[in-house]
Amino acid sequence: MELDALLLSRLQFAFTIAFHILFPAFTIGLAAFLAVLEGLWLWTKRDAFKVLYLFWVKIFALSFGMGVVSGVVLSYQFGTNWSEFIRLTGGVIGPLLAYEVLTAFFLEASFLGVMLFGWKKVGPKLHFTATCLVAVGTTISAFWILSANSWMQTPQGFEIMADGRFQATDFMQVIFNPSFPSRLTHMLLAAFLTTAAVVGGASAWRVLKERNGPLATGWTESRIALVMAIGMIAVVAPLQLVAGHWSGVVAHEHQPAKTAAIEGYWQTRADQPLHLFGIPDRDAQKNHFQVSVPGVGNWIQNVPKDEVIQGLDAWSREDQPPPFIPFFGFRIMVGLGLLMIALGGVGALLIWRRRLFDSRWFLRWCVAMGPSGFIAVLAGWMVTEVGRQPWVVYGVLRTRDAVSPVTAGEVAFSLIAYMVVYAIVFTAGAVFILRLMAEGPVAALAEPAPRQDRAPGSPLAKAPEDTTPGDSNGGEGA
Amino acid sequence: MLDLQLIWAGLIATAVLLYVTLDGFDLGVGILFPFAKSKEERDVMMNTIAPVWDGNETWLVLGGGGLLAAFPLAYSVLMPALYLPVLLMLAGLILRGVAFEFRFRARNRGRKFWTQMFAGGSILTALAQGLILGGFIQGVTVADNRFAGGPFDWLTPYTLLVAAGIVVGYALLGGTWLMMKTSDNLHGDAKRWTLISAAGVAVLLAAVSVATLFVHPRIADRWGFDASAGLAVDWATLAPLLAIPVLGLAGLAVVFAMARKGSHRWPFVGAMVVFLSGYLGLAASFMPSIVPYDIDFRQAAAPDNALALMLVGTAAILPLILGYTGWVYWVFRGKMDADAGYHH
Ligand code: HDD
Ligand code: HEM
Ligand code: HEM
Repeated sequence: MELDALLLSRLQFAFTIAFHILFPAFTIGLAAFLAVLEGLWLWTKRDAFKVLYLFWVKIFALSFGMGVVSGVVLSYQFGTNWSEFIRLTGGVIGPLLAYEVLTAFFLEASFLGVMLFGWKKVGPKLHFTATCLVAVGTTISAFWILSANSWMQTPQGFEIMADGRFQATDFMQVIFNPSFPSRLTHMLLAAFLTTAAVVGGASAWRVLKERNGPLATGWTESRIALVMAIGMIAVVAPLQLVAGHWSGVVAHEHQPAKTAAIEGYWQTRADQPLHLFGIPDRDAQKNHFQVSVPGVGNWIQNVPKDEVIQGLDAWSREDQPPPFIPFFGFRIMVGLGLLMIALGGVGALLIWRRRLFDSRWFLRWCVAMGPSGFIAVLAGWMVTEVGRQPWVVYGVLRTRDAVSPVTAGEVAFSLIAYMVVYAIVFTAGAVFILRLMAEGPVAALAEPAPRQDRAPGSPLAKAPEDTTPGDSNGGEGA
Repeated sequence: MLDLQLIWAGLIATAVLLYVTLDGFDLGVGILFPFAKSKEERDVMMNTIAPVWDGNETWLVLGGGGLLAAFPLAYSVLMPALYLPVLLMLAGLILRGVAFEFRFRARNRGRKFWTQMFAGGSILTALAQGLILGGFIQGVTVADNRFAGGPFDWLTPYTLLVAAGIVVGYALLGGTWLMMKTSDNLHGDAKRWTLISAAGVAVLLAAVSVATLFVHPRIADRWGFDASAGLAVDWATLAPLLAIPVLGLAGLAVVFAMARKGSHRWPFVGAMVVFLSGYLGLAASFMPSIVPYDIDFRQAAAPDNALALMLVGTAAILPLILGYTGWVYWVFRGKMDADAGYHH
């Protein structure tokens, strides 16, 4: 493969969206978590919930900011790098993206200001409303963008006009296309799992640290958060298995080539095996080092044993998706999903037997699982998107016909520019977030009680969110 | 039947105007950052915009997303044509966008870095938007409904002049915003910044206006000048359009007079009027082109059913957006407390 504008644009899109999705995956769940915390605080008046809120809202603000800037890049990249895609399908997919801006982005962006800076400017109920609206906004955003993506996976409700452009015949069919319900469910659950894994990991870390200090007993903030996170995982991880299976069934029905790539099937046959491991090789059109369980492939796909399932040999080589990434991405995702189910189950058992905070091995396991959601989300999207290749709109528009008439030089330059900028920005962001997590929510307790008379948005108004111990004496002008 | 295409052209134009004036003042605050005297001043400056910048920037997403949805052909020609300036703009927006949170989180050296990134990112964004605007006015090479020019078509003396104009113009918006939102010493600084940038805007606006007449014969023609006949003037065409530069001059007069009197609100209003007049001037120059000068908005429009679907939603939701945006500004109204000695 030569480094032409097409390949470079694909790399750039994969790179920028892979960064972007990390933040929605986290902020969708975290916004909901914050709404729950603030609601619990208003309801029970227990300070612990407020402390937790003030702590996690700092991390939320950092993540949300990075989500916004990386998202703006994507909405312009459709034009800069995939202009033919938009020229042809803009009349169908455009309204979905426009509705996302109208119904979600303004809501999130406007009420985020109130959520972060309005603590002393509006009453507690109104502040709680702002938090809830931000949470709702993130979910609405997922609704529209996943509808757009799902339409690209399973297009329907459109016709192609004489000049090659697409026109919707029925927008309800476009929005509620076949893979949308399962994809939306799977992604929202993924977001909740990602957040729960992070909150659980960070809290378990604090609980481990606090074992020998004054916070070794009782319901400390970190312990409350840990139990909430484990409860979430215990409920959602098994549901995710069901939702993921649903996604698989839909993919099998509408994108059989993707299923073949995921499962590593090269031959079309009845009674497919289940390949646990293997190294798919496109040139040889087979798997190397295959480890398989015969006779259960059809069962996994919900298909009678004697029914034929297509392998990649059913497509000409140029219509086959590259099998390597879907095959391994899928196994990574499912593996992590199973580990999450185990974590939730064992954690629930330990909570029930009141052994949770003494089980160091389990707390360490929680810490190790902290990033698992991010990895699974990335793996899942790689499966979905690479498995769609060589199509950008499945079966209708090829990726190579979607690219902009720009030079390889321009795209190479922009790709390098993004890599440099993202490396700086996201390293810094990760450092700030990890630093906050290491300090833990109790640090927020030590903060001065905010005075009533501060002007909104004044340097002081941010005080409850912004005082970071250790930073406060860094007084030299910057 | 409603003229959907015309309504959408108007809506997109309004979104872009709102973007330019709203994000303009918060980018302007970033552009003025290097001139602030102390860390405390910079903290206050940033805090005047921290609660609203994200909402302001969303108008840019609406402008881009709206163009994509309503006029996909225009979007798909303009974006590749302006590939590099758009990249610069996005890079600038990333750096300044994260700087809001990062600057408060960072320790000594890091804070200095993110202060610079906030200023540098704001300036880069403004410059790039100027290049985009200039490249747009200048016109784009189109063949067979696709961009057909080279990667550096946008880079000309004219676009550089426009870029300088946008940077100074945003600085003016930022200066007048700060006059409105701050008190004491910072208010005094803001007044100085306002007067200096207003003088710069006066010069650059005049320069850009004259230069624009020469960029494309069609523009000169619109304004009643005949470039081939040594700029012979057709007064019947020019006279009604003169209202636009007069509006701009009035805006500048308000900025100068009111800023010198130390008024808090009027300079900001004056600066908004200056931007409005510049915008109307441009609109008068190339309407109905949406990709100057080959594609007009009707050719570029999405199918009517897409426009209709979006109009239903927009009619219902846009008033709501304007309502709560206004409410957020109202919540954060009033002056910043300049001497609050809080450090992060
Ligand atoms: C599952 C959810 C999801 C997915 C698949 C995507 N996004 Fe996203 N996006 C969000 C969920 C989200 C969000 C949760 O709504 C964000 C994250 C943080 C935030 O500020 O909002 C967001 C922010 C965000 C913003 C900034 C909004 C603002 O100014 O406030 C833009 C322009 C985009 N996204 C655009 C895109 C594009 C063009 C995508 C695909 C190619 C995309 N997003 C994938
Ligand atoms: C949010 C998580 C997502 C991730 C991690 C992701 C990942 C990827 C990857 C890895 C590619 C490159 C595939 C290849 O070239 O082999 C790609 C391509 C692409 N994706 Fe996605 N994607 C996501 C969501 C979306 C959404 C929501 C849309 C549209 C609404 C979208 C539209 C595209 C387009 C237009 C391309 C470029 C054409 C192509 O290379 O196939 N993606 N994405
Ligand atoms: C537990 C068993 C799981 C199964 C059987 C499963 C199954 C699937 C399948 C078949 C797809 C491809 C759908 C398509 O291409 O249309 C997919 C995509 C995806 N998976 Fe999973 N998954 C599982 C667990 C997880 C977990 C734990 C996460 C994250 C926390 C996750 C996140 C994703 C994401 C983000 C996508 C891409 C979006 C989409 O197409 O839905 N999955 N999954």
